[in-house]
Amino acid sequence: MEFLKELWLFLRIRKKLWLAPIIMIMLIIGGLLILAEGSVVAPFIYTMF
Amino acid sequence: MYLLGISAFYHDSAACLIKDGNILAAAQEERFSRKKHDAGFPHNSIIYCLNEAKITPESIANVVFYEKPFLKFERLLETYLAFAPKGYTSFAKSMPLWVKDKLFQKSLLAKEMTKTLGDDVNWHKKFLFSEHHISHAASAFYPSPFDSAAVLTLDGVGEWTTSALALGKGKGLKIEKEIHFPHSLGLLYSAFTYYTGFKVNSGEYKVMGLAPYGEPKYAKLIRDNLIHVSEDGSFQFDMSYFNFATGLTMTNKKFDSLFGGPPRKSESSLTQKEMDIAASVQKVTEDIVIKIAKYISKETGESNLCLAGGVALNCVANGALFREKIFENIWIQPAAGDSGGSLGAALATWYLHYNKERKIYKRSDSMRGTYLGPSFSDDEIEAELIACGAKFKKLTERGLIDKVAVALADEKAIGWMQGRMEFGPRALGSRSIIADPRSPFMQKQLNLKVKYRESFRPFAPSVLREHVSEWFEYDEDSPYMLMVATVKEHKRYSVTEEEESLFGLDKLYVKRSSVPAITHVDYSARIQTVHRETNPLYHALISKFYEMTGCPLVVNTSFNVRGEPIICTPTDAFKCFMGTELDALAIGNYLLIKEDQNITLKENYENRYELD
Repeated sequence: MEFLKELWLFLRIRKKLWLAPIIMIMLIIGGLLILAEGSVVAPFIYTMF
Repeated sequence: MYLLGISAFYHDSAACLIKDGNILAAAQEERFSRKKHDAGFPHNSIIYCLNEAKITPESIANVVFYEKPFLKFERLLETYLAFAPKGYTSFAKSMPLWVKDKLFQKSLLAKEMTKTLGDDVNWHKKFLFSEHHISHAASAFYPSPFDSAAVLTLDGVGEWTTSALALGKGKGLKIEKEIHFPHSLGLLYSAFTYYTGFKVNSGEYKVMGLAPYGEPKYAKLIRDNLIHVSEDGSFQFDMSYFNFATGLTMTNKKFDSLFGGPPRKSESSLTQKEMDIAASVQKVTEDIVIKIAKYISKETGESNLCLAGGVALNCVANGALFREKIFENIWIQPAAGDSGGSLGAALATWYLHYNKERKIYKRSDSMRGTYLGPSFSDDEIEAELIACGAKFKKLTERGLIDKVAVALADEKAIGWMQGRMEFGPRALGSRSIIADPRSPFMQKQLNLKVKYRESFRPFAPSVLREHVSEWFEYDEDSPYMLMVATVKEHKRYSVTEEEESLFGLDKLYVKRSSVPAITHVDYSARIQTVHRETNPLYHALISKFYEMTGCPLVVNTSFNVRGEPIICTPTDAFKCFMGTELDALAIGNYLLIKEDQNITLKENYENRYELD
């Protein structure tokens, strides 16, 4: 709950509320990808995060 | 008030503890975990910091993370959106990571703190987050000896920012200008690190070491196609040549066509092409750094410049910047990479969040020579050596210096572990391998028999500060080995045309000066000036060597083999000593000679660590 509050606050301060639905969709897709693959090891040469 | 700074979850995790703005302790996790560039939560570093200060977890007022995860996530999402549908593979790989862990970093950090220091403290409430480039800028400005300075931070990428110009005055520090992802000087260098067959976020300094073997033949090609540089030094990529924003590699097929072939395979032999490419990206980098510096000087009127961010570890570019004399004084954070972000995050909190008055150490800086890591008492050293099965002699400090100086002059390679460990990627006389720079064989011996590393890489000198100008075209402090200067003309030897046309290793081993072991193929050397005030023992040792030989410098390379983190404990030192062809080892007042040791304790060290 606190996470959602902080995320909402962040989006408001950054004036990026339009990202909220996209984040929701990405969370769902991300969740599905976890279920589908079962592994979260990323074979990046360079991870940009 | 105690503040704990943390950097983690990308590469080079570290922790730093400050008290009322004074830096007490800092260390990188890789030194404890023995995993190079360890990105995990810095459990061991945090425990060390608290032990060093002899405080309990309850004493910590705040834990400060060195960047803002939400802001990073915002960048990630917007980048995928901007490039969609390209980048699905990268998206599919990264999203599960974020959904599982990274997006909930505050909870994750609090959990890890509980695991490390117990649940007597509500860690969730103690956390603060600093912006990545504010952390870098704070690590460069606050420890510097300047009341006021321009601060330039350059790295791969933080949240959005890849380069920032900040102004520091007293306790204030404000970012004035930024360049945002994907346009990044650090990523340009990393792209070429990848293309020349080295590891990204690790092999950049190899590209820098390779550059003097080549000619900057591709510099124009880079400027004409890859990066547009404006008059003020700001720059913009043509992203059609790069793959890092959406793919799993740094560069793409269009990049390959431009440079006439695919990237070099890791560990395959190096050709003149890689050397020319290295020279070219080095030249482009230097030119951009100088252009930005000129702009900053003109815009701000500042005479002092502070540098941080991974690009500030490019000591060749720093040397070029120094020679331009754009600024009267330059100070560079020794832990300029992400490990130093932990220090900057803590300092930024003290001065910017809590608004406290700043103490300035005008004579040098407040980094204490960057000797901020663990040290070991005689009893601890002896106990570890006995447990290792080592044969040793305990000497007086004077006796140790005399014996080591004699061994140095006798062309022995010596492991030197003394006092507190360095914070930052360079060994500065606390966890070093030292040798005689006058020896024409030393470079080969160290490269192939001690360090087990690539043959093209040169070694650096530690020189007494009071003698630096007699040997190098340089007469300033460089205590953190972050400046490159050439060997003085009168110390050089002339080289025949035949010798000059040699390739790679053979070219490096030509005797170019009276100190060939530290002279690179272009007569340059990465200088560390040694100061009595910050490392009296190391200063005394080099002084003794000078008294015996007339040479006020020694070879100084980090105490490790290729792929191994620099040693931390006496046990690490003994293992490395036994696994390599080091001749002697000095830990505290204890001296170990290779011939005295039990030969069965020798282990194959050459293939023990994953290559970097």
